[in-house]
Amino acid sequence: MNQTPEQPPQNPVQAAAELPPPNPEAAHHSRRAFLFKLSLLLNGAVGAALAVPLVGYLLGPAWRNGGTVGAWVPLGTLDSFPVGETRFAQFRSPVGRADDGDTAKVACWVRRISQQQFQVFAINCAHLGCPVRWFAQSRLFLCPCHGGAYYEDGSRASGPPERSLFEYRYQISGNQLIVHAGDMPTLATQASCSEKRPLTQIQPAAAIAASTTSSTPRSGEWQV
Amino acid sequence: MASLKQRATATYDWIERRLGLIKPMTAAAEHPTPASNASWWYVFGSAATVLLLLQIVTGVLLALVYSPSANEAWSSLGLLNERIPLGWYLRALHGWGSDFMVAIVLIHMVQVFLFGSYKFPRELTWIVGVGLLLLTLGMSFTGQVLRFDQDAYWGLGIGASIVSRIPFVGAPLVHLMLGGPIIAGTTLSRFFALHVFVIPGILILAAGVHIWMTLYHGVSEWPMPGRLVSKATYQREYHELTEKTGIPFVPDAAWKDAVFAAVILLAVMATAYFFGPIGPGGVPDPTIIQTAPRPDLPFLWLYAVLAFLPPHIETAFMLIVPVLVIIAMLLLPLFAGEGERHWKRRPVAVLMVCVIGITLALFTHLGTYTPWSPIMDAWTNAPVPQKYLENRSPLERQGALVLQYQQCRNCHSLDGMGGQRGPALDAVASRLTEDQIIRQVLQGGGNMPAYGNALSPAQTNALMRFLLTLHGDQPRAYDASRVLTQSGSDAPPHAEPHQPSEVKP
Repeated sequence: MNQTPEQPPQNPVQAAAELPPPNPEAAHHSRRAFLFKLSLLLNGAVGAALAVPLVGYLLGPAWRNGGTVGAWVPLGTLDSFPVGETRFAQFRSPVGRADDGDTAKVACWVRRISQQQFQVFAINCAHLGCPVRWFAQSRLFLCPCHGGAYYEDGSRASGPPERSLFEYRYQISGNQLIVHAGDMPTLATQASCSEKRPLTQIQPAAAIAASTTSSTPRSGEWQV
Repeated sequence: MASLKQRATATYDWIERRLGLIKPMTAAAEHPTPASNASWWYVFGSAATVLLLLQIVTGVLLALVYSPSANEAWSSLGLLNERIPLGWYLRALHGWGSDFMVAIVLIHMVQVFLFGSYKFPRELTWIVGVGLLLLTLGMSFTGQVLRFDQDAYWGLGIGASIVSRIPFVGAPLVHLMLGGPIIAGTTLSRFFALHVFVIPGILILAAGVHIWMTLYHGVSEWPMPGRLVSKATYQREYHELTEKTGIPFVPDAAWKDAVFAAVILLAVMATAYFFGPIGPGGVPDPTIIQTAPRPDLPFLWLYAVLAFLPPHIETAFMLIVPVLVIIAMLLLPLFAGEGERHWKRRPVAVLMVCVIGITLALFTHLGTYTPWSPIMDAWTNAPVPQKYLENRSPLERQGALVLQYQQCRNCHSLDGMGGQRGPALDAVASRLTEDQIIRQVLQGGGNMPAYGNALSPAQTNALMRFLLTLHGDQPRAYDASRVLTQSGSDAPPHAEPHQPSEVKP
C-alpha cells in the first residue's frame, strides 16, 4: 500500500494554530471588518423581515379576537325538551371543519324551566373542563374528574369549581331551540361569543352564586 | 495481495484521513476517569440516553403508519394495534419506553442531587439537565395527546382550562394552544408538530450539550464526607485524582453503563410484551360523556393535587408554584455550588428528596384510584348491603331506597362499596345526631351539595330514619340537651338516647 507523504492535521483547531499569523494590517478593524459588521446588520434586517410574518403565522390563532367566532346552531325542536326536565343535546360546532371528525361534536345540557325559559349548560366543568353528568333524581350535575357538583340551575354545589356551569346563549326560533356556540368554554373563553361582556377572569364563588340565584335567565339573555 | 486485516486498516485510514472524527471520538471515549465513579450509581445518565434513542427509533417507525388527523388518528392506532404486524409491539415499546424514560431521568436527577454532582464546575450541566427533564415531561404529555382518545381529548381540555386561568392573556393562549376555538384537528396537528419536530429537536440538541459538558468536565468523582468543593481548588484536585487513580472510561467504567442499558432495554421489552400497548381508550367524541378522564402515570400526581386544592387558592397555586419550582431547580447550583457533596453531610438535601419523593408517590397512588371522584354508577351498581336492611322497619327500608335513588352512594360508601368522596355511612349515626343528619342532608356543606330542593319532607324523614340505624358497634350519637328535656334532669348523660321509631323485632 502506498502511504501518502503528508499527514492530515489532527484537528482543525490545531491546523488553524499552525497557520502563519495573519497580516497585522488585516487584523485591524479595517475595511473587511467593517464589511463583515455591515453583513451582520444586513442579515439582521433580513432576519427580522423574515421573522415577523413567521411569528404572525404562529400566533395567528391567538390573535383571533375571542368572542367573535361562533354562530347560531339548532339544538332541536322545543318538544324534545320537556318543561321541568334537563336533557342531553348535541350539535356540530359551527367553527369545526369536516376533517375534525367527532371532535367537532359538542354536547350540552338543556334545562327547560318553563315554556319559553331555558338554560343551556356547557358540558365542560368550570373547574378543568371535564364532562359533567346530570343526575335527575338528586337534581345535580357531577363531574367525574375531581368531583365538582352543581345544582340544577348550574350554580356551584360543592367541590373544586369556583363558579357555576358555563351557559350558551339561546333563542327560540319558531319551534326550534337555537344556541350560540363558538369557543370551547373555559374561564377565559366563554361558551358563546359575547357582545356585552368582556371575557371574565376568575370571580369569587360567592359573587357568582349570588348573581345566578338572584335572577332567572330570560330568553335571549345569558349569564356568566 | 494484501491480507484482509491490511485492507481493513487501509480502509479505516482512508476514511479517517478524510473524516477526522474517529480518532478524537475514540480519545474521548477512552478519557481517564476517577476509579471511584466506575459505580452502578453512575449508570442512569447513559441509560436515559439509550432510552432516548429507543424512543427516536420507535417513534419514527410509528410515524410510518400514524395519521395525525383528528378524523383518523384514533383509527390509525387501531390499525397499528390490530392489523399492522408487530404494530402493537412498537406502540407498546414507545409507550412504556416513555414511562421508563421519565423514571430514569428522575432517578438520574435524584442521584446527581444526592451526590452533589451539580456543584462547581458542573452547574450548567445541571441547568441543562433541568431543561431535559422538562422536555422529557413535554414529550410525555404531547405523546399522550397523540394517542387521541377520550383521555387525550379531556386532557387537552384540562390543559386549556389551566391555561385559561392565566390573567389577561388566558384567552389568546387557549387559542394558541388549541390552534383554534375548540379542541379539533388543528389541535392535534400542532401537538404532532411539537411531539415530532420541535421538542425532539431541542431535546436532542440539549442532550448533546449535556453529554459534551459531562465529557468536558469529566464525570464527578465519588463524594467523600469532608472533601469540600471549592472553586479555587476543585479542578486541580479532580485533575490530580484522575491522574492518580484514573481508568479509561471505555472499557473500564463503561461496561457497567452498557450492562445497565441492556437491562433497561430488556425491561422495556418485557413490559411491552407482557402488558401490551397503552390504549387507545374510547374514541375522542366529546358527546360520549360516560368517561372518567385520567392522565398517564407521570401526571397522575398533578391530577390528584388539582383535586385537593381549595378553590380560592387554586389558580394562584397552579400558575405560581410550577414557576417557582422550576426557578428553584435552575438556581440550585448557583446558590449551592460549593461545599459538601456527600449526602451524610447534607441532611436538608436528603430530607427534601424524601419529602418530595413520598409526596409525589402518595399523590400518584391517590391518582390511581381517585377517591375524590364520584362513582357515577354506584347508585345502580352498589346495592345496600343486606345486613343493613335486616330488622329494619318499612320506613327505614324506604329510606334505604331514597339513599340509593338520590345517588348518595356515588359519593358515600356502605360496606366498602360506593364512592369515597364523602365519608362512609356505615356508622354515620354514631357521629351525627338526628338533627345533624337532617341539617347535613338538606343544607349540605363540608363539600356536600344541599339536597333541600331534591328531597320531599317524607323522603328526608325516611332517609334520616334509615341513616339512624347505621351506627356500627358504637352507641348512637345524641343531643344531650334533648335527652335531658325528654327524660328529666336526673337522667345520666350516658343514657340510651331517645329512639325515634326503631322497631325492635
